[in-house]
Amino acid sequence: MSEEKCPDCEAVIHVPPDAVDGEIVTCPDCGLDLEVHTTGEKRTIKPVVLEKEDWGE
Amino acid sequence: MVKIGLLYDQLRPDERLIIEAAKSNGVDLTLCDTNELALDLTDANNSFNVADVFLQRCVSYFRSIHITATLEAQGKNVINSFKAASICGNKLLTSICLSRAKIPTPHTYVAFTQESSLHALEQIGYPAILKPVVGSWGRLVAIIKDSESARSIIEAHEYMHPIQQVYYIQEKIKRPNRDIRCFVIGERAVAAMYRHAPSDEWRTNTARGGVAESLLVTPELEELSIRAAQAVGGGAFGVDLMETESGLVVHEVNHTTEFKNIVRVTHADIPRLLLEYTLQQAKK
Repeated sequence: MSEEKCPDCEAVIHVPPDAVDGEIVTCPDCGLDLEVHTTGEKRTIKPVVLEKEDWGE
Repeated sequence: MVKIGLLYDQLRPDERLIIEAAKSNGVDLTLCDTNELALDLTDANNSFNVADVFLQRCVSYFRSIHITATLEAQGKNVINSFKAASICGNKLLTSICLSRAKIPTPHTYVAFTQESSLHALEQIGYPAILKPVVGSWGRLVAIIKDSESARSIIEAHEYMHPIQQVYYIQEKIKRPNRDIRCFVIGERAVAAMYRHAPSDEWRTNTARGGVAESLLVTPELEELSIRAAQAVGGGAFGVDLMETESGLVVHEVNHTTEFKNIVRVTHADIPRLLLEYTLQQAKK
């Protein structure tokens, strides 16, 4: 489990070691949805807009 | 060992819970990123053999039903089935199934022009709700308070995609500022929660800021939710209900239900139960 910092509230977010590129993680403090980006060894997270016209449950 | 294929387009915390449940329960789970998928519709050899049974978790409705249809044509079992997903993803088809099964559901009309919609609204009475037949998370759902606002809202729809000109008009149920989500897997109602609308909203969707609260599954809630799930074809569903003076009414059945909130407030092990159900379906 690696640790990343929420870009909005700076809370610690635990990212699973096998997280896939594009996986969504949620900040446990502020609830912001973030997308995991992996490039080789490097991993970053950034806010994601989770809505397209036919998306949803 | 039976292998489950997890079909996804966005891997959300809900799918992460399924992955972790598979690890801790020794379930063989293969991730199928549908962004990379190209399926041969004329393949007689059914060569997409990455799993024995599939759990459909795509957020995109259209993508999910087309993939499910293709895999079913190749003889694969998919949870939920094409039939069930097609019905649940379309509010009109859901209303028809619920009504035929004599499940209490809000009074609803369908109309296709501004004039016929106004006629339907007169029959139902104001205020009423206009919903897209295909759509989620409460998008484009509108309260229509009078004929003047009806004309304005319907006129705006005339400039949208033709699917938005199928006017699904529903009575506005008098209910507390909350609704109920009951999670059904197979023939069991495994968990339920209230969804309280936020103070500045009437829609209760947690995607719109609705707040979840654990709810005990009563016999009435269980019976009605299971009947609703069976009415759309059976499988794993989030059944949405409202409380009225004359009892519960079902207004939606969701087929790729998000469950992280209901798991959080009820502690029901829905990811494990979903995997167990999917494995059972592989053996059929």
